[in-house]
Amino acid sequence: MASVNQEIAFLELADPHSKEGVPARASGPRRRWRIRWWRGAVLLLAGLYFLLPLFAGLKFALENIAGKFSFQALQNLPSSPGFSSAFWLSFRLALVTVVISSALMIPTAIYVHLKLPRMRRAMDVVTVLPIVIPPIILILGVEGSAPLTLKSSPYLLSLLYVILAMPFVYRSLDAGLSAIDLKTLTEASRSLGGNWFRTMRSVILPNLRASLLSATVLTLALVFGEYTMASLDNWTTIPVWIVQFNDATDGHIQVAASMMGLVGTWVLLTALIFTFDRSQSRRAQRKTGLL
Amino acid sequence: MTQTQEQPLTSGAPSTSAGATVQLDQLVRTYGQVRALDGFSLQIAAGEFVALLGPSGCGKTTALRTLAGFERPDSGRVIVDGVDLSNVSAQKRDMGMVFQSYSLFPNMNALNNVAFGLRMRKQSGHQRRQKAGELLDLVGLSDQASKYPHQMSGGQQQRVALARALAIEPRVLLLDEPLSALDAKVRAELRDQIRSLQQRLAITTVFVTHDQEEALSMADRVCVMSRGRIEQVDVPSVLYARPTTAFVAQFVGVSSRVPVVLAGQEIELFGQKFPVRTGDVSALSGPVDALIRPEEVAVEVDPAASGFVTHKSFFGATTRLIVQLGDVAVRVDVRSDIAADIELGTRVRPAFVARDVLVAPRLADAAPPSE
Repeated sequence: MASVNQEIAFLELADPHSKEGVPARASGPRRRWRIRWWRGAVLLLAGLYFLLPLFAGLKFALENIAGKFSFQALQNLPSSPGFSSAFWLSFRLALVTVVISSALMIPTAIYVHLKLPRMRRAMDVVTVLPIVIPPIILILGVEGSAPLTLKSSPYLLSLLYVILAMPFVYRSLDAGLSAIDLKTLTEASRSLGGNWFRTMRSVILPNLRASLLSATVLTLALVFGEYTMASLDNWTTIPVWIVQFNDATDGHIQVAASMMGLVGTWVLLTALIFTFDRSQSRRAQRKTGLL
Repeated sequence: MTQTQEQPLTSGAPSTSAGATVQLDQLVRTYGQVRALDGFSLQIAAGEFVALLGPSGCGKTTALRTLAGFERPDSGRVIVDGVDLSNVSAQKRDMGMVFQSYSLFPNMNALNNVAFGLRMRKQSGHQRRQKAGELLDLVGLSDQASKYPHQMSGGQQQRVALARALAIEPRVLLLDEPLSALDAKVRAELRDQIRSLQQRLAITTVFVTHDQEEALSMADRVCVMSRGRIEQVDVPSVLYARPTTAFVAQFVGVSSRVPVVLAGQEIELFGQKFPVRTGDVSALSGPVDALIRPEEVAVEVDPAASGFVTHKSFFGATTRLIVQLGDVAVRVDVRSDIAADIELGTRVRPAFVARDVLVAPRLADAAPPSE
């Protein structure tokens, strides 16, 4: 609201028809039109900023070496040497990362909100540390001290990805928990006989689904895009494969792989939301006897 | 017509377990330096409706939450039907609770919200649906069964919350300011509905409120609290007419403080002598304040009198006058048809019309009436 008011004040002051020393108030419809124009311009600029690189990438992925429109890069991608194993490894790492991350962060975030609300600020600071610490420092430190069995496993990367994903996962959960009256809902459930497990399963988690989905997608995107750690740990994940893959297509296949990852994440997110909404709705209808 | 208006109660009220007796025994609960409960003791009979009334921070919600099992007392006991529940968790106490904020589970529709407690008790799907339907019918919301909380008004949500609390056939029903977030009309309707249901189901009920009108109109007994302690527990009529402490006299209803001199057991007020009301009089003597209800004073227009009217507030059947007597302002309620002839500035002579007076230690800087 404040920003709109500031915007209006700015527009009024900028009015060339204003009387000397007194900013003229533009008439209602005219002022509204100006505000709409201003908002539209900002939206357009922001849209261009984000969409132009994506468009350029997509255009490049859908071109052949001769610069003509073609699905050749996408068609060749699955059969490209090493792609399948890299994709499968990234997928497994993403899955393990999501599971560990959820198992650690969901109870932590709920506990902090319920029992230690004063710690929320400290948690904000702590969870942002992985962004401050460069991944190269993290992987070199871990490589120097981790037991051999862990060092020889790709899942060491998952443990590190959990740390990298922490800022995004915690913030998603924090936003979701702040949006509900967690204390009252929890107490209502307990007063009705719900133990902690049932309260979590039936009351808290269903109301955090948007946050959980968001955290999951962000984690997937992070794992499918992380290069430094995977490369230094000598595992060929998708980003490492993209960098290492060398063929005669002048980079079209690599960009196609990147675009597929991006589009795949979007599709996955949309599918998850759609499926969750439908199953929720159908379950509710069944319980109500409407279905 | 809003959908939250009172609807006739159906005859299919579910049976509740017989109301339980409750005993809160010497409860103490401190938060840092603050003693929210300071030796709080209260006995509640089976099927009784008790309101905990007091200003913010007096400990009423802490007392309720301790009874519910959400707070552990530092010392003292919570005894229900003779069984000490002090160390029993909230989920095992069989107490239904309605919260101040809308506490319906957002991911469940009204029917599933009501059925939640039954699901926790592992009742079959058929039983759950049937009973939840009956409860929704009881609160007049059977047509809202498939609605989600965000699709219902505040009053409807609180009625569903009430049905949800009643569905588990609780031994004690706990109401934590359930009406405070509602608008005046819905509040009055729901107030009547809660009282009606409570009487019909004979369920022991503890109701927390800071609204004296709610407490006086709904409860069998009202427990007035201040600083973690009980000031007075009594039936509403006695609490209002015979407050035993200055705090109760000031907090429940409206009182004016008039400086007087206590001599023995008598004071002189508006030129006449009156006995003082029993209470903490033994420790008092000399300069004290008389606490006077507006309806305990009558006025007579007299151009020679020293008092004069400074404010008039119309309340419908009655009008409240504020009469200035030197440095003292006295509130007086008069019939509105009589008050119509009294203008601001009119000289009036007050007379005390009750049989005795409550007195309290003299307040040096008593705040003047604001009406």
